[in-house]
Amino acid sequence: MSSDRTLSMRPSSVAPRGNLNDLTPIVHRVVERIGETNDITTLVLEPLDAPSMTFRCGQFNMLSAFGVGEIAISMSSAPGEGTLRHSIRDVGAVSHALCQSRVGDLVGVRGPFGSDWLVESASVEADLDPRDTIVVAGGIGLAPLRGAVEELVRANERGGGRVFVLVGAREPSQIVFRADLDSWRARGAKVSLTVDLATPEWDGRVGLVTTLLADAGFDATNSRAMLCGPEVMMRFTARALVDLGMDPEGILVSLERNMQCGVGWCGHCQLGPFLLCRDGPVVPYAGLVSQLLTQRER
Amino acid sequence: MSTAINHSSSIGLDLQTIVVLTVEGLDEFVARLRALGYEVMGPTLRDGAIVPGPVNSSKDLPRGVHDLQSPGSYRVMREDDGEIFGWAVGPGSWKNEYFPPSQVMWRSEIVGDTLVFRQPDRSHALLAIVGARPCDVAALRILDHVLEEGVHRDSRYSERRDSNFIAVVECASPADTCFCASMKSGPGIDEDFDVALTELNDELGHRFIARIGSPRGADVLSSVSTRPANELDLEARALLLETASRAMSRSLPFDEVANLLARNVEHPRWLDVAERCLSCGNCTSVCPTCFCSDVHDTTDTSGAIERRRTWSSCFDLEHSYLHGGSVHESSSSRYRQWMTHKLSTWWDQFDSTGCVGCGRCIVWCPVGIDITEEVAAIAAHDQARVAVPSRPGAS
Repeated sequence: MSSDRTLSMRPSSVAPRGNLNDLTPIVHRVVERIGETNDITTLVLEPLDAPSMTFRCGQFNMLSAFGVGEIAISMSSAPGEGTLRHSIRDVGAVSHALCQSRVGDLVGVRGPFGSDWLVESASVEADLDPRDTIVVAGGIGLAPLRGAVEELVRANERGGGRVFVLVGAREPSQIVFRADLDSWRARGAKVSLTVDLATPEWDGRVGLVTTLLADAGFDATNSRAMLCGPEVMMRFTARALVDLGMDPEGILVSLERNMQCGVGWCGHCQLGPFLLCRDGPVVPYAGLVSQLLTQRER
Repeated sequence: MSTAINHSSSIGLDLQTIVVLTVEGLDEFVARLRALGYEVMGPTLRDGAIVPGPVNSSKDLPRGVHDLQSPGSYRVMREDDGEIFGWAVGPGSWKNEYFPPSQVMWRSEIVGDTLVFRQPDRSHALLAIVGARPCDVAALRILDHVLEEGVHRDSRYSERRDSNFIAVVECASPADTCFCASMKSGPGIDEDFDVALTELNDELGHRFIARIGSPRGADVLSSVSTRPANELDLEARALLLETASRAMSRSLPFDEVANLLARNVEHPRWLDVAERCLSCGNCTSVCPTCFCSDVHDTTDTSGAIERRRTWSSCFDLEHSYLHGGSVHESSSSRYRQWMTHKLSTWWDQFDSTGCVGCGRCIVWCPVGIDITEEVAAIAAHDQARVAVPSRPGAS
């Protein structure tokens, strides 16, 4: 067994968890593996002996590659989809091991943790939010938003507000969830794409994701926004949305810091007054966060 | 598993009673705790410093040992006064007993065709501390907020903490580096203990005033030789605490420091301190409230895995690592993270200060950086009251 792979032994069962406490992962099996881009892999996970997890869009799990380590990864499925998906970019030892895992391999899952996008499940008979929702994602930032968009599109089909999905990527090959983008478009969402660097076959927009805002067609004065991507992208996007007339209170951003426990003990995920595992990752842009995003931390 | 200790009902002592013990009475007190099954720990002299250690009788306590502390310097010395608690806190805090520097979270192994997770055996004797300082008890209350009273409870911490017996000793010997009076965590203490002792060594003799903070404290004291405290004892205690408070030359502006730092995130002093700071992390190692930890896995050739939690420091470059680099790249940003967390954002996160004024970070800093001096320097040029020059890279 190479050291950078997840546990490939396939035990038939897991011993009863007894009084194990909340730092012990629940063992899940990889039931499907989807290569999204050259370095982004989606794992579909099922628990071996536990009930499936209930969670809200935008929350995250701590995923273990056994023997390698544990990292925080947002769910990229909607609770209503009935599967637990995580889309992982291969950037370090643990994410590499997770991305290398095969169908049948075991990974550890602890969670769900953190705050969410405040999207009501479309399957719940609740009051549908009539506002436009603008979802802006940069690269892998679409992963924590994928479930929310799915719920929003379904809500829109039932009479909820319009959905605008604006996606920026470094280059065309880095655009994730292309089938979902097509599906959302087919079901009434306005989907716009742009890339930083075009390739010969790309006939779409070139430029920063903020260039998609002006002619997207949403009503900034009656809308909310959900942003996930590099901090600089969220900062400029949020500012542009406010300039277009959006209420900063209606803008949510998903922030990222080093996380080692997910339960508020390890101290790594501090950002000013926040412990992002507890108070985030999704926080309102208004007020303090807009300042934090402009403070130089280095 | 830990055995519960069955305290019999107290005889004649209630929470309002104040009594006086002799040094022999202190030995009876320690013996009583041991007889009840407690592992008794207290201040001990080891390797030239007063640090937590096992205490079987008062002979194990640092009798006649005093200390001399200043920024970047710590020395102990002996005198013939027989005082047992005539010192200020040394490098070791009680944090270690509840939140060890390295701790196994779980082990897993493959047994047959089953993946088995095991918790390490956590059975141990219940802990009694004799001789914790008020600042260190305040630090434990702060850690309680983080590890026990948050959204998720750390059972490793709380098992040890909830069953502990704390005999605090009020502080009559603050070091030159202490500022607990300004942080409202000493030199006296009125809550969060089972028994509070105050050492008196005057013309009326060497003795300890004992106040009771819990039924358990009353129970233990009721089987120890005591006499009721009189007016002279109480006056001596009041004078002692007053003198100790006044002896502290350092202070922090408790009510203002959180806002002061919050509005001075950009301040030239952060660059100034970075010129001196070695980013060694000594301050976080000796701090009784620093709780940051790393979690990492190790494995062996059998496929067994161990997940361990070890102390870490916000002065480590890796502490803020995200793919592509660390968020806190410079010494100034790391020092700022540490100090603003202790004194400012701790309030936002845990509704309390993160500093108890024990002064350890000043003493054990190899270059003698003084947190009170840094705060004073920032306060002296409060950027909220002067124009902030524009920064390159700011947008």
